[in-house]
Amino acid sequence: MTSLWPRIEPLLAQVTKPARYIGGELGARRPSHGPERVAWLLLYPDTYEIGLPNQGLQILYEILNERDDAVAERAYAPWTDMEAAMRAASVPLFSLEGSTAAGEFDVLAFNLSAELTYTNVLNMIDLAGVPVRGDQRDPSHPVVVAGGHCAFNPEPLADFVDAFVLGDGEEAVGDLTEVIGVWKRSGGARHDLLRSLAGVPGVYVPSCYEAHFDGGRLTGVTPRYAGVPKRVEKRTIADLGEWPYPKQQLVPLIEVVHDRLNVEVFRGCTRGCRFCQAGMITRPVRERPAEQVDQMVRDGLDRTGYDEVTLTSLSSADFSGIGEVVSKVINDPECSGQVSVSLPSLRVDAFTVGLAAEIQKVRRTGLTFAPEGGTWRMRQVINKLIREEDLYAAVDAAFSQGWRRVKLYFLIGLPTETDEDVLGITRLAGACADIGRRYHPNVTVTASVGGFVPKAHTPFQWFGQNTMEELRRKVGLLKDAARGTRGLTLRWHDPEATAVEGLVSRGDRRMGAVIEHVWRRGGTFQEWSEHFDLDLWTTGLEAAGLDFDDTVYRHRAEDEVLAWDHVSAGLHRDFLWQDFQEALAEHGLEDCRWTPCYDCGACTGLGVEHMVASAVPPAGGSQGTGQDLASGGTVPVRFLERAGSLSAAGGTREGVR
Amino acid sequence: MRIRARFTKLGRVRWTSHRDVARMWERALRRGRVPVAYTEGFTPRPQLSFGLALPTGCESVAEYLDIALDSALEPADLAREVGSMLPDGVDVVAAGVLEPGTNSLQEDVSSCLWEIHVPRVAPEDLDVAIERALDAPTLPIRRERKGRDVVDDLRPSVLALSCAGPDAGGALLRAELGTRPRGVRPSELAQALGVELGLARRTCQWIERDGSRWEPLMVDPSGITVPWERAS
Repeated sequence: MTSLWPRIEPLLAQVTKPARYIGGELGARRPSHGPERVAWLLLYPDTYEIGLPNQGLQILYEILNERDDAVAERAYAPWTDMEAAMRAASVPLFSLEGSTAAGEFDVLAFNLSAELTYTNVLNMIDLAGVPVRGDQRDPSHPVVVAGGHCAFNPEPLADFVDAFVLGDGEEAVGDLTEVIGVWKRSGGARHDLLRSLAGVPGVYVPSCYEAHFDGGRLTGVTPRYAGVPKRVEKRTIADLGEWPYPKQQLVPLIEVVHDRLNVEVFRGCTRGCRFCQAGMITRPVRERPAEQVDQMVRDGLDRTGYDEVTLTSLSSADFSGIGEVVSKVINDPECSGQVSVSLPSLRVDAFTVGLAAEIQKVRRTGLTFAPEGGTWRMRQVINKLIREEDLYAAVDAAFSQGWRRVKLYFLIGLPTETDEDVLGITRLAGACADIGRRYHPNVTVTASVGGFVPKAHTPFQWFGQNTMEELRRKVGLLKDAARGTRGLTLRWHDPEATAVEGLVSRGDRRMGAVIEHVWRRGGTFQEWSEHFDLDLWTTGLEAAGLDFDDTVYRHRAEDEVLAWDHVSAGLHRDFLWQDFQEALAEHGLEDCRWTPCYDCGACTGLGVEHMVASAVPPAGGSQGTGQDLASGGTVPVRFLERAGSLSAAGGTREGVR
Repeated sequence: MRIRARFTKLGRVRWTSHRDVARMWERALRRGRVPVAYTEGFTPRPQLSFGLALPTGCESVAEYLDIALDSALEPADLAREVGSMLPDGVDVVAAGVLEPGTNSLQEDVSSCLWEIHVPRVAPEDLDVAIERALDAPTLPIRRERKGRDVVDDLRPSVLALSCAGPDAGGALLRAELGTRPRGVRPSELAQALGVELGLARRTCQWIERDGSRWEPLMVDPSGITVPWERAS
């Protein structure tokens, strides 16, 4: 492994933010390569500032580097100026730790967190000097693998990625290391490696499957070989407490997003918001023991020198005993009142605001809530059961306790949505601003509006996405309504980018040609508005004989084959369909952590349970609504304090307000 | 109590910005549990005061920082505790207690010494360029400011220039650049001289007072050992 640094450094004077390319973070390892070790290059297909904080990548970085048979380094997508300088000087993609050429690694492993980064995946493979199409690689090339949430519809990248890992990566990277190590020593053909990888649980190798089409419609994706599973089930770690990673979170030399200590308090979510792919594909809920959270926070602050910690999860206020964990940090004399705690995805209720008031003693800037829908009807459809009075109480509590800025997240283009639902957004946000003015003459409420993109493995996976014209019209309605509303700021996501995200998120294997078309014409960094280019996507679609109408805007039929049917997040297809029907009928569904099981499949199919520390739902009830939860049934919940007992306590549970 | 520390910025870390260095220090001081004084108010900030910004990409063996403390601390202890917490290439080389009423670095520092590698030039040719620059009544350079082209005269800030001989396929330029009316960057000097800019290193900051020159922190220069080779 030779260092390219002498060739890299002269380029740095020519580019913006040169420190993106120097590594040197606290926590970065000095790589020790050797023939007995499988060399992984972990890649994030976006800029350093976006990619560095990614916790999934950091977790795998540590786990791999702790192994005797593996070594891992990192690389992020070079910005366009650096890419141009690298190509002009014939400098390939390189690792940050050892400045080693990417092509010298055994594995190029991508984190897929957003669909619009896919052209960057191709660009990074190309910058590594590796053929972008899997079928053109030979045994001298690294094997290209990918994981992360977007891997749950792997088909758009099937031509370019050799193997996808579905679900939690903690254990899977070890299995992959062993298989690749054995193959490396055997000197076998590339095909042998791919066949072996296809036998690893949770690993999908697209070249071992054939996609069948009939008249422009996908009819199935089936194994080409015996012994290759028909349907690949995701990997799930049963106990988050066994994986206290990252132990040495990377502290970058330059400012990045989420630039603070991150401690994951639980994985999975059962609130059941029907638009939310993350909540569906990461089930069941697995909480980290509170003492471990406390320890990780303490050690992390000590080690890093950060003065802010985020307790991460999909809904951190739901963590059992969140109050205790938070007050321990806040009242720790060693932190001497200088440490602030932040909770992403705040639940909408007064309890949460009380919590926020306690933790943001130091810096009380803004609070964010996500009602997502503008009317109660809409929120029942999406199963985000926040009543108007819950939101107003939360906002009232926030403004009365000194906050001046409140941000509200909404979606437009949801199933069954009417103009009345859309206008509910500005009405609701305007009412929040009115509440704020009772406490302070100058408050701002920002309504941030995104276009809804249906995602794989969710109840809305069959839903035809709103056209970009329709989304534009709805944004127009909101702009008009917001104009006369005092204290309200409206922000919206570009409907064109939303349409393209839809193209990729539910696309089948044919979408690969479109992604390649866009990339070959320079379409990188498509999630950056200054680089996004709709024309490239439109011409790519035309060239592939596809269009937005059929791939994005069309409602799927119940029995239609979906591009991701052969990979599984553990969820039963009929559960998802049933839940879609419930949505259309405007029926909400309570959180199954504290109510009977709906048999979504995630627990039973995977042989694990929800693991929560408390038998009672958080204050405010299972959805923060104080609904009557007094319905009986069997709950697949294991309580942490009674370790080992597979409690499935039947009988009555009570909601606590 | 205020402590002034002198530190280096050498090797790869030179590609970080002045602001990045400030953040490195904040974290290192917290990790070292140094009793830094915080500002009052809604968003308390540690009371640190850095001197002249070092342009991104330049090295330095003479960076300074003033730290306000809540309780007394031996400067040597601070240097030791925090030094090990800073990234490679950032080393504390000296620290001392500031007399009450000492001016800030921004107010006091009047000029900086630089050693600048000029690639692909013979020392004789650099000598010619230096002579021409020093003889010129003005040294105009064009730069963009707020989207508009402006012309600045560097001459008043160019206090001394000399060629120190050949240096790795080029020549070594020594410069003393004043901080008023405004600080001159090595890249601007190179532009004015019509030469390429290689690695530039700040070697000294001077305070001019009553006709004599002082370093911001009196230290034994033999205590600072810095190899010319890059740390990376």
